[in-house]
Amino acid sequence: MAFLVLDGLTKTYGEVRAVDSLSCTVEKGEFVSLLGPSGCGKTTTLQMIAGFETPTSGRIELAGRNLASIPARQRGLGIVFQTYALFMHMTVRENVSFGLEMRKVSGRELKTRVDRALEMVHLGALADRYPRAMSGGQRQRVALARALVIEPELLLLDEPLSNLDAKLREEMQLELRRIQREAGVTTVMVTHDQSEALAMSDRVVVMNGGRLQQVDSPFDVYETPKSSFVSTFLGKSNNFAARLESTTDTGSVLTSGGITLSGPRASLLPGAAEIAIRPERIELTGPEQGIVSGTVRERIFLGAQWMLAIETAMGEFLVARRNSGNREADIGDTVHLVWAPQDLRILPAKEGARS
Amino acid sequence: MSARPWLMSAPALILFGVLLLVPLGMTFVLSFNAFDFYEGIIPTTGLANYADVLGDSYYWEIFGRTFGIALATTAICALIGVPQAYILYRLSPVWRSVVVLIVIGPLLISVVVRTLGWAILLGNRGVINTALKDWGLIERPIKMMYTEGGIVLALVHVFVPFMVLAVWAALQRKDPSTEAAAESLGASPFTVFRRIVLPQTVPGILSGSLIVFSMAASSFATPAILGGRRVKVVATTVYDEFMNTLNWPLGAAIAVTLLVAVMIIMITWNRLVERRYGEALQ
Ligand SMILES: Nc1ncnc2c1ncn2[C@@H]1O[C@H](COP(=O)(O)OP(=O)(O)OP(=O)(O)O)[C@@H](O)[C@H]1O
Ligand SMILES: [Mg+2]
Repeated sequence: MAFLVLDGLTKTYGEVRAVDSLSCTVEKGEFVSLLGPSGCGKTTTLQMIAGFETPTSGRIELAGRNLASIPARQRGLGIVFQTYALFMHMTVRENVSFGLEMRKVSGRELKTRVDRALEMVHLGALADRYPRAMSGGQRQRVALARALVIEPELLLLDEPLSNLDAKLREEMQLELRRIQREAGVTTVMVTHDQSEALAMSDRVVVMNGGRLQQVDSPFDVYETPKSSFVSTFLGKSNNFAARLESTTDTGSVLTSGGITLSGPRASLLPGAAEIAIRPERIELTGPEQGIVSGTVRERIFLGAQWMLAIETAMGEFLVARRNSGNREADIGDTVHLVWAPQDLRILPAKEGARS
Repeated sequence: MSARPWLMSAPALILFGVLLLVPLGMTFVLSFNAFDFYEGIIPTTGLANYADVLGDSYYWEIFGRTFGIALATTAICALIGVPQAYILYRLSPVWRSVVVLIVIGPLLISVVVRTLGWAILLGNRGVINTALKDWGLIERPIKMMYTEGGIVLALVHVFVPFMVLAVWAALQRKDPSTEAAAESLGASPFTVFRRIVLPQTVPGILSGSLIVFSMAASSFATPAILGGRRVKVVATTVYDEFMNTLNWPLGAAIAVTLLVAVMIIMITWNRLVERRYGEALQ
C-alpha cells in the first residue's frame, strides 16, 4: 500500500473542473513533483491534501488513513507556501518554534529541536533576526525549517523557488533536495518549471487542464512521453502530424509531409498519428544520408550550443548543435537532417487532427 | 520645470493655508492677549492666560476628565473594532459589502442627530429607563444623561467605524496564507487569531487609536448634548469662554493647550509602539 494515495480526486468551482479525477500514489520517502502549466490545478490539488480545500469527490489516504474527516490542523503536514507565509512579527527562532509550541514541546527539547532545524538549513547564526531583514533565499529556508521542525509525515511545497532569481534557484534546488534526503521526508512539490521538476524529483506527475497526463521518473517522462502535450511541455520537441502506415515487432513505417520515415515499434493502430523528436537527437549530414533537407531560417547562439530553425518539407525543425568551436551552418544554408529511427517517438494524433 | 509641482498643488495649499493655518495662527496670537471686562481684548503679549489655565485645579480637572473620556473611548473602540474588523475580513465578498455599509452607515448621519438619539435613549425618562421600569427591573431611573459613562458610550458609537476601517486596512495588507500556515502547524482558530492575526493588526490599531483619541479629546457636540454644563470637557469649556464669558484670549489659551497636549500624547504613544514593535513592523 502506497504512503499517499489520491484516488479519483475532483474539485469543481461552479463550472470549472479545477482538478478532474486525479489518481496517483506516492511512496514513503519519495520526492514527487506536480508539474503543469498555470491554472492546471496543481495548487488546488495541494490544498486538498493539506486540508484547506474540500474535494468535490474522491479520496485522499495518508499512511492508510482517510484524511476526509481530519481538519488541516490535525493532519500534521509540513507546508511551505509560495509566499512563504512567514510570521513577520516573530523572529526566525519564534517562527520555527511555533509548530512545536502548538505540540506542547517546551524547555530544552524545544531549543534543541529548533536549533537542529535551523542548523539543517544553515541559519543558526540568524536565529534572532526578523524575516523582514532577510533575503529571499534565507526566508525560503526559514519556511522550510518551520515546516520540517514538526517532523511531518508529508512535506508539501507550493512553488517554493519561484520567487528567487535564476542563480539562487539553482543553488536552492540542490539545497532543498539535500535537506529533503537528510530529513527523509516524503515530499510533494508543485511547480510549473519543467527543469526544476526534472532536476529534483524521483517521479514527475504531469497535469494539464485538471487531468493527469503522465506519471514517470524524470528520465522516462522526457524520453518516452505518452502524449503530444507531455513531449512539448517537457523540454523542446519537434512534433509533426504523421500517418502510421504499418508496424511490426522490429519497427514501423510512417509518412509525414510526403516523406517516408522509419520508427520504432508502435503501440498504436495504423492511421493518424503524431511524431516527436528532440532537437539534440538530430544530426546534420551529407545529402545522400539525410532523411529530410531544409534551409536554415534562424540561428541562435546559446554558449554551450547553437539552436537552428530549419524549414523542411515536414515543417519547421529545431535542431540543437553542440558548440564544438567550429563554424556552424549559417542562415540561408541548405542542410540535411538525420536521426536514428529509435529516437523517433510515435504518439496518438491530437484530437481532430488529420494526416 | 521645478515650479510645476508647486503650481499644481497651489489650490490645495491655499485652501489649507486659508482654512487651517490662518485661524490656527490667529488663535495662537489671541492666546497671548489680555482681557478686561470693560475694555474687551487688549493686544498685549504675555503668558498670563497660560498661567491661569495651568495654575487652576478647575482646568486640570477638565483636562483630566477629557483625556479620561478619550482614553476610555479609544480602549473600548479597540476592543469592539478589532473583532469587528476581523469578522469583516473573514466574510464572503457579498456579505462584506453589506456589513461595510452597516459599519460606515452611521457616518452618513450628523453627529448631532446621533447624539440626540442617545439623549432620547439615556434620559431619566428615556427609552431605556422607561423600559427597565416597566419590566420592574428598577425602581428609580439609572442616571445616564450628564455622566461621563454616557458620553463615552455615545463617542464609542460615533468613532468605532474609524477603528474598524483602520484595522481592516491593516488586515488586508497581511499575507493571507499566514493563517493557513499557523493552522497547518496545529494552531486552533483562537490561537491563530491571538498569535498571528492580532499582532499583525497592531499598526492598524495604532493608527485607529490615534484618530479616535484625538477626535474624542476634541469632540464638542456629543459632550455638549450629553454632558451639558455639569460634565464639562475642554471643548465645551472653550466654547463657554468664547460665547458666554466672551473671554476669547483665555478660550484661545485653553484651545492651544489642548492642541499641544494631544500632540504630545500622540507622539509619545507613537514612539512607544514603534520602540516595542519597530523591528518587526517595517
Ligand atoms: N476559489 C476558486 N474559485 C473559482 N475557481 C478557482 C478557485 N481556485 C482556483 N480556481 C480555478 O481552478 C483552476 C486551477 O487553479 P490552481 O490554482 O490549482 O492552478 P495552478 O495549477 O496552481 O496554477 P498556477 O501555476 O498559476 O499557480 C484555475 O482555472 C482557477 O481559475
Ligand atoms: Mg498555484
